[in-house]
Amino acid sequence: MTTAESLSGPKGDSPLLVRSSADAFTAARAEGRGALVGYLPVGFPSVPGSLAALKALCGEGGDGPGVDLVEIGLPYSDPMMDGPVIQRAGTRALERGVRTRDVFAAVEAVRSTGTPAVVMTYWNLVDRYGTEAFARDLSNAGGSGLITPDLIPDEADDWLAASDAYGLDRIFLVSPSSTDERIVSTTAACRGWVYATAVMGVTGTRSSSPTAAPELVARIRALSPETLVGVGLGVSTGAQASDVCGYADAVIVGSAFIKPLLAADDAGTPDDFSGLRAVLADLTAGVRR
Amino acid sequence: MNSGVTYSSLPDAAGHYDIFGGRYVPEALVAALNQLEAEFDTAMGDTAFWRELDDLRRNYSGRPTPLTEAKRFSEHCGNARVLLKREDLNHTGSHKINNVLGQALLTRRMGKTRVIAETGAGQHGVATATAAALLGMECRVYMGRVDTDRQALNVARMQLLGAEVIAVESGSQTLKDAMNEAMRDWVASVDNTHYLIGTVAGPHPFPKMVKEFHRVISTEIREQMLGRFGRLPDAVAACVGGGSNAMGTFADFIDTPEVQLWGFEAGGDGVDTGRHAAAIEGGSVGVLHGMRTYILQDADGQTLESHSISAGLDYPGVGPEHSWLAATGRARYEAVTDAEAMAAFELLTRTEGIMPAIESAHALAGVVRLGRRLAVQQPDAEPTIVVCLSGRGDKDVATAIEYFGLTGRPDSATGGVA
Repeated sequence: MTTAESLSGPKGDSPLLVRSSADAFTAARAEGRGALVGYLPVGFPSVPGSLAALKALCGEGGDGPGVDLVEIGLPYSDPMMDGPVIQRAGTRALERGVRTRDVFAAVEAVRSTGTPAVVMTYWNLVDRYGTEAFARDLSNAGGSGLITPDLIPDEADDWLAASDAYGLDRIFLVSPSSTDERIVSTTAACRGWVYATAVMGVTGTRSSSPTAAPELVARIRALSPETLVGVGLGVSTGAQASDVCGYADAVIVGSAFIKPLLAADDAGTPDDFSGLRAVLADLTAGVRR
Repeated sequence: MNSGVTYSSLPDAAGHYDIFGGRYVPEALVAALNQLEAEFDTAMGDTAFWRELDDLRRNYSGRPTPLTEAKRFSEHCGNARVLLKREDLNHTGSHKINNVLGQALLTRRMGKTRVIAETGAGQHGVATATAAALLGMECRVYMGRVDTDRQALNVARMQLLGAEVIAVESGSQTLKDAMNEAMRDWVASVDNTHYLIGTVAGPHPFPKMVKEFHRVISTEIREQMLGRFGRLPDAVAACVGGGSNAMGTFADFIDTPEVQLWGFEAGGDGVDTGRHAAAIEGGSVGVLHGMRTYILQDADGQTLESHSISAGLDYPGVGPEHSWLAATGRARYEAVTDAEAMAAFELLTRTEGIMPAIESAHALAGVVRLGRRLAVQQPDAEPTIVVCLSGRGDKDVATAIEYFGLTGRPDSATGGVA
């Protein structure tokens, strides 16, 4: 999980150095705070519009800081883990013609701001593209790795090999229902950090911080003290983000960023990122509280 | 097939049929799947479990179901002698009850009090709601908006049985989307809820488990053939959507190579039109709903919408064991169009006085084609073919009225039979 390890891939000599996404966590920790991870899907409100939105998420064009790490979603026809907000944005992106290859342009857009990027995708899209080819193109674009919500390490032989070859982070999920044995084996299979799903449920904003999250993070800490932990699912406000950063290394926010973009799209002003920037200001302040 | 391996030796411990099957699921479901697998394995070796299931099969569902010789129908099938395995005579009107009773008993063993299900035509939803009523469990059924519209009768049946029916508005609003929504529910409710998947699809152990609960179909066919005719059939045939009635029909014959296995997928407007639901005939290998199998997908791996006149076959994937049986050549699969299926629907109704479900009509159309083809290829052969009549056609009358242009008014009012 060291930086040197993340540079060991074939693109180690690139001017666009592939950074481990864990660096974003450790840099935030050096400032005495938790990291903010922001999710947006490529292709919504359009492919160019999503690249602009992703840059705005990194702080471009705004007054304050951006997120520490971007999680770029690749819309999928059957998003089993996504709640209604992300589904709606993903459906619109697919209707408007987003393709798998567009995710690499999105990675480059994020990297142009200096912020690291990981891709979150359901497995069939990578499988269809070719696991090795996807790893190669993600690495070439400057991406740090993949979050795989429906791929568990048990089925991930191809991805383990490809991520090793290209020095990419592989972020698997653990859940409150995971046994101790599975927390140990899953965190061992991760590189970069582990994604702790804070509540039993799909993505979407919730009104209060979930109670299962601190307990899950404590179990991960006890079983795998070296592993960095990001907590996702259910966080929408700066207060909740601050709370999560009290016990986790990073807080992951998706639906709360997408809601204002959906509202702007509905209002016929898809390029209006003011709502997104307001949520960003609240959350970036939250992790610095 | 590689030498020395029997087909029934699969899946492996992780649910793989060679490259097919497995578990492509969120980690949040792994504990529930492991619990289910352990409970299923224990139950399989528990005589008390089997005694209770057998009692329900006999005295609640009405098993064994008859094997009916279709003499007048057979006249349209070349030299073939066609026998119907009458799953339509089960309680609730289809084979679906076999699986539902087994999983409902497992649910109770696991101490869970709520079941959820996806349904296409509504047959599995009705069967699940029935078992929930029988065992006093809470039940919610997810059904695509397109299907709640075309199967309103089954929606009402489920509601009368005490189930809550949720119309799924996302995606193509059909069976695949109902399955996504049921998975989402399950991720959030695994503590007290069992997801009662209605076909031999989804993550391990569902394909293996649902096959075992439908195995009784082929076990009875075998006994009935040997008892009445002193021989096994030359072929067994069934329609394939997800593939549960077909897997039940195949199960006891998979390791008997002299019995041919035929599966008939929904060809919609024709596989070459792109408007079909034939995952094996017209799809490619990918990952969907927790399994690696043949699916309908575009160049990027986005799932394509399936099309079929039959709601129960309108699914863009197929159970992983079917993919494996197709890849190895042990079973053969062909697509049957909407038009062929509806012609067979009418033919069986008029020749035998049995109105099949449109799903089952796909198998009947396939057997007509198969019998006629064999009459040309092997004119001296008189093959015996058992076809699984998976369900009855009452639920499809509205579709038939529209398809055949019936008026629903008395013939005396319209000047005679059209």
